[in-house]
Amino acid sequence: MDDLEAFRADTRQWLEANCPAECRGPMENDEDRVWGGRNATFRTPAHKQWMDVMGARGWTAPEWPTEYGGGGLSREQAKVLASEMRRIDAQMPLSSFGIWMLGPALLKFGTEAQKKRFLPEIVRGEIRWCQGYSEPGAGSDLAGLQTRAVDHGDHWIVNGQKVWTSYADKADWIFCLVRTDPDAPKHLGISFVLFDMATPGVSTRPIELISGKSAFCETFFDDVRVEKENLVGELNRGWDVAKNLLAHERTMIGGMGEIAGRPVGQIAADTIGTDDQGRLADTALRARLSDLEIDAAAFRLSMERVGDQVKARQVNPAIASMLKYYGSELNKRRMELVMTAGGSDALEWESDRSQHGQDARDWLRTKANSIEGGTSEVQLNIIAKHLLQLPGA
Amino acid sequence: MPLILTDEQTMLKDAADGFLTEHAPIAHLRHLRDSRDADGLSRDLWRGFGEMGLAGVIIPEAHGGSGLGAVEAGVVAESLGRTLTPSPFLGSSILSARVLIDAGSDAQQTAWLPRIAAGDAILSLAVDEGAKHAPSRMTTTAERSGNGFRLNGEKGFVLDGHIADALIVAAKTDGGTTLFLIDPATAGIEIERTVMVDAHNAARITLRDVQVDADAVIGAVDGGEETLNVALNLGRACAAASLTGAGDQAFQITLDYIKTRKQFGKLIGEFQALQHRSAHLFTEIELARAATLAALQALDAGRADAPFAVAVAKAKAGRVAELAVQEGVQMHGGVGMTDAYDIGLFMKRVRVLNEWLGDPGFHAESVARARGF
Repeated sequence: MDDLEAFRADTRQWLEANCPAECRGPMENDEDRVWGGRNATFRTPAHKQWMDVMGARGWTAPEWPTEYGGGGLSREQAKVLASEMRRIDAQMPLSSFGIWMLGPALLKFGTEAQKKRFLPEIVRGEIRWCQGYSEPGAGSDLAGLQTRAVDHGDHWIVNGQKVWTSYADKADWIFCLVRTDPDAPKHLGISFVLFDMATPGVSTRPIELISGKSAFCETFFDDVRVEKENLVGELNRGWDVAKNLLAHERTMIGGMGEIAGRPVGQIAADTIGTDDQGRLADTALRARLSDLEIDAAAFRLSMERVGDQVKARQVNPAIASMLKYYGSELNKRRMELVMTAGGSDALEWESDRSQHGQDARDWLRTKANSIEGGTSEVQLNIIAKHLLQLPGA
Repeated sequence: MPLILTDEQTMLKDAADGFLTEHAPIAHLRHLRDSRDADGLSRDLWRGFGEMGLAGVIIPEAHGGSGLGAVEAGVVAESLGRTLTPSPFLGSSILSARVLIDAGSDAQQTAWLPRIAAGDAILSLAVDEGAKHAPSRMTTTAERSGNGFRLNGEKGFVLDGHIADALIVAAKTDGGTTLFLIDPATAGIEIERTVMVDAHNAARITLRDVQVDADAVIGAVDGGEETLNVALNLGRACAAASLTGAGDQAFQITLDYIKTRKQFGKLIGEFQALQHRSAHLFTEIELARAATLAALQALDAGRADAPFAVAVAKAKAGRVAELAVQEGVQMHGGVGMTDAYDIGLFMKRVRVLNEWLGDPGFHAESVARARGF
């Protein structure tokens, strides 16, 4: 305990000295995130500095082993670091699919050489990754994917198309599911490979969404050469890697409900007004808001409890699906209420007042939460399978 | 504090589950109900509970109890929810014991706490009036009279009030709320047993010019509100635990049912319509469990936000348990409507626990106020 308190004191002092003022306080919107990579952009030079100092210390991936560039912290120490960062309102130094998704899969399935090569550059924000999973004909039925990798001795030649590839147009490398055995049952002919997005034959096209943003791309592979040393896990067993990675992705998406803007009750009080006892004048909206508060509080506690269960090795295999399902549905509900509370103010798509439709764009964006990373219906299927354990299910 | 039970708490849970499954399965409730038992519960069973240290779970060891906290009380309440055992646990071991521990005089504590812990005496707290829980609108009065007080009013939904060895009555005094410890045989007290829908018993209690001595006061005159609130919040958190236990058990027997019942040549659990609803319910029950344990831990830690955590837990566990029993009856189909199947008994108990000490709407109101809208 004393060690932990000493760690807290050191961490506090270090953060005070190293977290620039520009990197404290809430991010105004998603565009302020630092994603790193070869073509990284930073809102201010301080944001680059913040990423660099945190990356050098391994604190962008605090619990990864130090030999791969991570912080080497215990879960308790990582909690302390997170709480000390919250204390000074420090922004996330680096947002990264490498940290959130690929890294945990590499730590579990990667070769020593792969870990040594890829993990440190992820920690330092030098390489930005994207995920090549979904295809036009393989959404919820992901294992039905058709992108082909044909064996050419020391390498494969990949042909096919991916879709919903987040930030593919900005990413440096891709972790990608490809079919290496077209004759095997669909789950058993898939491999998990890594390659550079600058390889000849790779092209991307952004998809414009209902929010007016284009975070997702179509990604095309036309005779793309992929080295065999970049196979992660066993040949044709890529589905095991993919499932493990999906669990991390689902927990991450479920956790997005945590990102809190201005409390909805406050927005509603401004637009709708209150009665003489300070209660929202719209009693129907007030009831929906208090229900949301209750469910959101219970969900936060569930997330915390799952973390504690993982640590105590009591975890239920359906838990990532549970968090993903509930968290994404909750997030959608929250944004519906933000829009209702905001009234016509929230409908302004182009005004400065509305920060160019920030709430409306966020509202529309959340509709993807229950689709991406496996739809709510797929999550419910997974939970039910574990729950019922029916023969043949 | 991790949001999971410690090894000791898990042992307590196993002990309570084991005892209740062996001595008070649902058949026990059916027997009491069908034989129209005069008490509506088994005093022998309750003494057995006392011997296990469960009736005195929160009572200090110096008074013969186990000296444990809210989390442990919740563990026991959850077990009682699973077996639907009618017992004086919530009214006597939780509400009444908490009031006496926090505010009782030495004489009051010595007279009653060891007997509550032994399962030998049953105490009831009379706070509700009217059909809905609203302690802030209490109208029962206690006026100064002689060397004591004279009480007038009508109480209802007093758990086990028909067999109480002593009553704790909340009443309005000149400057606030005062709690009184009263012998139910006192002149002017009329007690009507009310057999409730779940076959657990409560009472309506009429107080007409009930004269009590000054030493009947628990704690300070006019100073009972805080004591009452603390006890009510512990009661609510334990009710949330009982709701979680009842809801989860209703879900488990429903799962068992849809894994054995066949229609159209298939187990009905193979139909996606039921699978998705089951998966949703499973998720909701996990949330209720997390919220309930967090509230109990907040009470033990004496955290300032404990009342908020309790309101979240009682509302969430109540709504989830309500969903569990409604889905349970529906998924059972026709047999879910029969008295022979247990699922209907869960529906009845959940309805009662949901109403007791504030329904989900009552607690949602507290949450809204706490959040400033």
